[in-house]
Amino acid sequence: MSPVLGKPLNRVDGPDKVTGTGRYCGEIVLPGLAYGLIVGASVASGRVVSIDETAARAAGGVYGILTHENTPKVANAPVLIPSLAGNPAPGMSFFPMQDDTVHYWGQPVAVVVADSLEGAAHAAALLDITYESSTPVATIEDGRAAAYEAKTLFGGLMPAHDERGDVAGALAKSDVTIDQTYHYAANHHNPLETGVTTAQWDSDQLTLWNSTMGVRADQLTVARLLGIPLSDIRVITHYVGGGFGSKAMVWPHVTLAAMAARHVRRPVRLALTRPQSFTSNGHREEQEQRIRVGASRDGMLTAIRQEKLAVTSHFDDWAEPATGVSSEIYGCANYLGAHHLIRGNTMTATFTRAPGESLESFTLETAMDRLAYELDMDPIELRVKNHPPVDSHGNPWSSDGLAECLRRGADLFGWADRDPTPGVREDGHYLVGTGVAAAAYPVAFMMPVQRARARIFNDGSAVVQTGAAEFGIGVLTAMSQVGADALGVDMDVLRFEAGDTDLPNTTSAVGSMGATMQSSAVHNAGTTLRNQLVAHAVNDDKSPLHGLATRDVRVESGRMVSTLDPSIGESYADLLQRNRLLDMEALGSWTPPPLDTPHGLFTFGAQFAEVGVDKDLGLVRVRRMLGVFAPGRVLNPKLARSQLLGGMLWGLSQALLEGNQIDRQSGRWALNNLGEYLVPVHADVPDIQVEFVEVDDDVVGPLGAKGIGEVGQVGAAAAIANAVFHATGRRMNELPMTAEVVMNGGGAG
Amino acid sequence: MAMRPITFFRAGSIDDAVAAVSANPDSAFLAGGTTEIDLLRLGVIQPTLLVDVNELPLTYLEDTEGGGVRIGAMARMSDVARAPRIVERYPGMSQALLLGASEQLRNMASMGGNMCQRTRCAYFRDGQSPCNKREPGSGCSALTGVNRGHAVLGTSDHCIATHPSDVAVALVALDATIRTIGPDGTNTIPIERFFLRPEDTPSVEHPLAHGELIVAIDVPNVPVARTSRYVKHRDRVSYEFALVSVFSAMRVDDAGNVAELRLALGGVGTVPWRAHRAEEALIGRPATPENVAAAADAEFADARTTPMNEFKVTFAKRAIVRELSEVSS
Ligand SMILES: Cc1cc2nc3c(=O)[nH]c(=O)nc-3n(C[C@H](O)[C@H](O)[C@H](O)COP(=O)(O)OP(=O)(O)OC[C@H]3O[C@@H](n4cnc5c(N)ncnc54)[C@H](O)[C@@H]3O)c2cc1C
Ligand code: SF4
Repeated sequence: MSPVLGKPLNRVDGPDKVTGTGRYCGEIVLPGLAYGLIVGASVASGRVVSIDETAARAAGGVYGILTHENTPKVANAPVLIPSLAGNPAPGMSFFPMQDDTVHYWGQPVAVVVADSLEGAAHAAALLDITYESSTPVATIEDGRAAAYEAKTLFGGLMPAHDERGDVAGALAKSDVTIDQTYHYAANHHNPLETGVTTAQWDSDQLTLWNSTMGVRADQLTVARLLGIPLSDIRVITHYVGGGFGSKAMVWPHVTLAAMAARHVRRPVRLALTRPQSFTSNGHREEQEQRIRVGASRDGMLTAIRQEKLAVTSHFDDWAEPATGVSSEIYGCANYLGAHHLIRGNTMTATFTRAPGESLESFTLETAMDRLAYELDMDPIELRVKNHPPVDSHGNPWSSDGLAECLRRGADLFGWADRDPTPGVREDGHYLVGTGVAAAAYPVAFMMPVQRARARIFNDGSAVVQTGAAEFGIGVLTAMSQVGADALGVDMDVLRFEAGDTDLPNTTSAVGSMGATMQSSAVHNAGTTLRNQLVAHAVNDDKSPLHGLATRDVRVESGRMVSTLDPSIGESYADLLQRNRLLDMEALGSWTPPPLDTPHGLFTFGAQFAEVGVDKDLGLVRVRRMLGVFAPGRVLNPKLARSQLLGGMLWGLSQALLEGNQIDRQSGRWALNNLGEYLVPVHADVPDIQVEFVEVDDDVVGPLGAKGIGEVGQVGAAAAIANAVFHATGRRMNELPMTAEVVMNGGGAG
Repeated sequence: MAMRPITFFRAGSIDDAVAAVSANPDSAFLAGGTTEIDLLRLGVIQPTLLVDVNELPLTYLEDTEGGGVRIGAMARMSDVARAPRIVERYPGMSQALLLGASEQLRNMASMGGNMCQRTRCAYFRDGQSPCNKREPGSGCSALTGVNRGHAVLGTSDHCIATHPSDVAVALVALDATIRTIGPDGTNTIPIERFFLRPEDTPSVEHPLAHGELIVAIDVPNVPVARTSRYVKHRDRVSYEFALVSVFSAMRVDDAGNVAELRLALGGVGTVPWRAHRAEEALIGRPATPENVAAAADAEFADARTTPMNEFKVTFAKRAIVRELSEVSS
């Protein structure tokens, strides 16, 4: 048992955050700092005809204005590839202000730089821009006729079509079939801190303080767009006010900040305004999904066909995948998953927490609930019965736990007493119901080799470093624990440093892979250094440990002791001082398993919800939620619980509140602020319980930690919708499930 | 985000405030600023002079002859909501205040400012889309746009924006009076004449002259209001404008008939909506669910809806039936 790993320790960055001493990237103060502000297009389709800068320049305090007429051309055209792959990772294969074309509402058409933010805003308002515009195509309704089937997604990284067996034949022969169509509104991320970049040039060397989920991706992307060597660019991020996918890719404002700083020969801070955050870092796209499920009378699935239709940009075949979980979580010989796209006047959509999995599982898990009723089976039994021991390639799970999560959840939630009859439990104006859904989120080994460094000083203090970004997930705390555990030192002598490209590489913490890959590199760095020190001691004839086999030495609180006789030993500090060494350090690296690792790789979980539905007014109020998850090794249960609980709240929000749409006349997002784009407030948040099921995993890394950032959201909305059915007898095929959707019987269909 | 150079003047007296605004056509009063500063930043309004009225001695709450209450225009929403005489005499008004905005906002927001708050119509607030209220004659983007939150009563072909206030719904039900001092002296305006429907001039929301300052709101003695209630229905449990809200105060006589009824609705009208038709339909009759439903039907007989907001009619009728059934039982 490690004295630190797996302990529910408080955040090491807590004091910095609550006292305001932690610096976010928009709080970096530099001598001569100038303020940049993006001006977004106020048409969604067309071109910039003219930009008259006279009044703006006359406003005073303006250092410079970038438009398509004077913005430098990018050195290399951006190519969209997810940042997890470790490549340059622009959010779309497009960079603005290179010509006069306008592809989407809010596309940057100018950057104004002034001596104050207010001055920049004033000058920006005085820019006289004229456009030629045409009717935009921005919604599914606008473009349905022009839909096409995508071949690949994510810049070619993923096939868009997944097929096995004979789905049509199997559906025709199934005893029971389900065929449902769903409509889902778009979502925006809305982290508390909008995207912000501070850029400073020192002759040819660029430093960026960027609010990001991965400094390395920023470095790679900006270097490529500007055509400068990686060695000339350093990216720093100490604190980030949330990401949720909006900072997983590198959006144009980051490079524009660097261009603006070069243009005005001063450091520039460029922050997105809240409304701009709806048009600058992608979104979860509006989508329609259709699912057909076939099953035999005894409840075995025979076929699943799941398809998605969504709007993408002019530049990329982007869709959050709708089939990665549904093809694997239940054994089914006949499977077809496909993605249909419409090219429209939007920016390229992007990762939004549980990207793909949250909505795909809503479709699948509400269909499974329908199936359970058709078959008169308990929905938990139906799921357990169909969950196989292997994935669709016949590979065993690296670790499973789905059935245990469902059963444990059933016990804790009180499922056994449930009467499945819908629409019969009343409580005042409310109809009450409960629902369940399964959750799964993939473990994706797309990243390159991960590295970390550990150093012990000769006073016994330690530094562990890797280039991870702390965007609220608790990485500083969890990696301090991993480092302390690996080195065998106490937490209070160890400092964990992150958020800087000058530190050893780790890839952007996206796709719920952060904890897995960072902990593996940090663990390996720490144990390498520990082994190095122990080897030094046993070979040092002045050491009390001299002559022992290294395996007979363990380290506790910075002291190496003989496991044979714990009174024999010495501290790291003693060893280093005696040998006149100021410090000792080691690099550790971790190479992820290959993509064709013969294992099915997922974090599994189960979601339960109880709702009250106003029987006249259709308003859904969640009463309690329970999530049970099997993420493998839990590095810090307190942090893990926060992550999972946050994910479940995102699910609640997606289920009931969050939905954006594009105004069809203007092509502009209808909601662009937190007054109108609703997310839950405390009063919406019910009693939420998070539980863990322990599973050992020796495939996913030396510590066996799988991801938890996103699985908490998967299935949460479906459990709520299934509970709404149980309460009212009405099936919900639309998100969010607003009052009118519930009153009118559930939408789509 | 729009920023412009602006002059700020803190008025020391009512006369100074009125004189300063009257003298400059591009000026506006600034109270708590919770509407005004938002709209400035959004570029929706572009005054060049802000006249701050926060120092004026208008924060009082006092009894009037006849048992009513006079509320100073600068009294803050949170103070009014918790004032014992409001809680006792007009509990529905207190509830309406407490269900509005958030505690932080209510600590800043004034009663006078609340009467003048602007619609939350997103096309109005974006400062760019065609909008007759912001820019007369430019058109109404909401008519065929995203209009789920828009009004179904009191609309016109030129504007369908919902009036957002909660407490104003209570005040129209209570027949309050707005007292003003303007360049031409003092004035009293019955509250239902204070809120103007859009008709063909949606940009004109009140009968106030430029520079006319609200100094107080008089709420008369309304005994039936001692049992008044306000319920607010919305998508999220707190901190949101109403989808539909209902203020009601009702007295049933010994024979079981409705003797007195004050009913007003929020979230559905272009002005805080006094449900006169429903009141008339119910007075003298028992408040059975059927009668209430018929009264609600009468109120919404002229409702004009869009595909996105038509649910509000059913929603509001059901909310009225529920509210009056609960009050009468
Ligand atoms: C996020 C948010 C949520 C909100 N939610 C709700 C809600 O749920 N329910 C609700 O009812 N309200 C809500 N509001 C609106 C809020 O109640 C109003 O903004 C507030 O009452 C306005 O008062 P103020 O003192 O801040 O006015 P200001 O913003 O200072 O002024 C508003 C307008 O009134 C004019 N004005 C101010 N005082 C006077 C006066 N004495 N005489 C003449 N003109 C005057 C100003 O010139 C300006 O045009 C919300 C506001 C926000 C920002
Ligand atoms: S509804 Fe009124 S406020 Fe909204 S766009 Fe139309 S005119 Fe403007």
